[in-house]
Amino acid sequence: MNKSENNLGKPQEYYRERYLRNLPTAFCAGCGNGTILNCFVRAVDDLIKDKQLQHQNILSVSGIGCSAWIPSPHFKGDTLHTTHGRAIAFATGAKIMNPKLQVTVFTGDGDGAAIGGNHLIHAARRNIPMTVILVNNLNYGMTGGQSAPTTPLHVQTSTYPKHPETPFDLSQLMLGAGASYVARWTTYYVNEIVATLKEAMIHPGFSFIEIISQCPTYAAQFLTEFQTGLTPEEQEQFRRQPGAWMLKALKGKKTGVTNGHPRYQITLQEKPIDLGVFKQEKRPTLIDYLQELWNNKGDA
Amino acid sequence: MKAGLYFVDGGVACAEGAIYAGCRFFAGYPITPATSIVEQMALRLPQVKGYFVQMEDELASMAAIIGASWSGGKTMTATSGPGFSLMQENLGYAYLTETPVVVVDAQRSGPSTGQATMPGQQDVMQARYGTHGDIAPIAFSPWSVQEMFDFTIHAFNYAEKFRTPTLVMADGEICYMREPLTIPKPGAFPVLNRKRFTKSHPRPEEIFLRYEMPRFGDGHNLLVTGSAHRPNGVRDYTPTFHRATIEWIFKKSQQAGQALYEEKLDLEVSYLDSAESIVVSFGAAARPAYHAVQTAQKNGVNVGFVRLKTLWPFPEAHLRALLKDIQRIFVVEMNMGMMVHEVARIACQADVISIPKVAGEVHDAKEILKAVMEADAA
Repeated sequence: MNKSENNLGKPQEYYRERYLRNLPTAFCAGCGNGTILNCFVRAVDDLIKDKQLQHQNILSVSGIGCSAWIPSPHFKGDTLHTTHGRAIAFATGAKIMNPKLQVTVFTGDGDGAAIGGNHLIHAARRNIPMTVILVNNLNYGMTGGQSAPTTPLHVQTSTYPKHPETPFDLSQLMLGAGASYVARWTTYYVNEIVATLKEAMIHPGFSFIEIISQCPTYAAQFLTEFQTGLTPEEQEQFRRQPGAWMLKALKGKKTGVTNGHPRYQITLQEKPIDLGVFKQEKRPTLIDYLQELWNNKGDA
Repeated sequence: MKAGLYFVDGGVACAEGAIYAGCRFFAGYPITPATSIVEQMALRLPQVKGYFVQMEDELASMAAIIGASWSGGKTMTATSGPGFSLMQENLGYAYLTETPVVVVDAQRSGPSTGQATMPGQQDVMQARYGTHGDIAPIAFSPWSVQEMFDFTIHAFNYAEKFRTPTLVMADGEICYMREPLTIPKPGAFPVLNRKRFTKSHPRPEEIFLRYEMPRFGDGHNLLVTGSAHRPNGVRDYTPTFHRATIEWIFKKSQQAGQALYEEKLDLEVSYLDSAESIVVSFGAAARPAYHAVQTAQKNGVNVGFVRLKTLWPFPEAHLRALLKDIQRIFVVEMNMGMMVHEVARIACQADVISIPKVAGEVHDAKEILKAVMEADAA
């Protein structure tokens, strides 16, 4: 473990020295991906310290898109950076062949809900033990701000002057598909993300955490399009720091407590979006079933 | 199944070959004519503490066997033409990340859904050029139930030895067909396992451009990516690094070609002494082709026979030497003429005559014989 000294001459440990590599990241200034990586590392560190997780068993799997670059090549652990949309399918094979692995899939709204939507719903249904962190930045960032399945209605993207489709509520989709752990946060709620990740990563089954994240380069403008009456000062603030501006929109109001976690509600485009832990249940996993077959000698 | 003599179909033989070779993970999606492979794997894998998973589609099947291979397992999937098309992108991922996996394509008559249950050999070029980018595949072509067993084991051996995907380009006919199958005693048929990844290597931090296959969960902090990468797995688009990767993929295929030749797995010949013309064929098409050659020989026509056991790497040097003084080459295949182009490329002065067959039918030996006799008379 690398240790540095702080200004009091005492040894100081840095998360980045223990868990990260190949820095700096390639993310735009103000992007939410750095925050999510930070939360992931803190959750991992806590779980390792609590002896609930071994560092060498952590496998991060990702597909294609900005979200895929959160673990690869930055997280110091095994990483599998795969093809567009297929991360969950790759992760399914890796997990089943070695059930000791703690598998986390980093995916985005395009990668996980458009091209990879089929793998997402079936992994949830099968209850294959893995944690899926779906970074929902409301658009395709890596390719330049195209419409995604989660893009708000009627905003301007690089493929539609007035995006014509109703956005996908991915947490609702996951509840419908039978995921046994479902949560949604925004990048504003970092403590909640860490707490939820710690639960999800040791949850015996399929866990899904959607994190609505700011894309200052392309998606920040969506939110301003519906905000009238901005003062010139506010407009200048948005122009200078679109990430910070968007983060303000990702802060909500507290609405209650569910599953031991607070509930919040944010409003994007006049539409309320619930945040919190929506479901937490235990049911047999696919791996349980596959290993039961061993005892039946295949007669089942 | 225990060592012994059985009467089974080609699909069962293929699955038993996989189990014999140590395959312990199979991901698949139902498709005819690969169904009997999939069902036999589903039955047999739990008996050997292995995992059979039915996935949501063929893209996922291909992805899952790559993931499982990086977790240390010998892995396989089986499909047919439409599924093989869907697997192409992830197959390319396996080539670039040097992942040992076995893919069985029980070819059927296409394109598209085509004649879903009927055999064909129309995917042989897809095996070679199907995925985008430059790859160099190893593809076996079994012509009997016994070879479905044997070649599946060879496919695992070559995948493990060269850290690469390998293909068994079977066809519907061989999968459906029932024939005697001899399963050897454990250890009687050579089975290779992957070279263990250790840090005692001249380039201990590098996980690519080497034969040793690392594994998740061993504390190596592996960076596996389908992007161009440095040998240590860090994403890097510098031409030098990517050129080295592609050249390494081709070098391994070349080495595999040499090994296949030395093991007599590239092709087999009959009646070649002083033959003036030759019939070249492979897989199910080679069965009537061989029968036609035998009949021609009985009728005093001196025609030889070459059967390709591996399609890729194309056994170019070996075949070129055999074809040196040959006047006429007939290429018999169940497609509109695909491998015939490879043969023509190296045929020197000979006339190359394609004997194609499409629409889900295997050639009749008589039509091959007729073509050979007519050419001989002319």
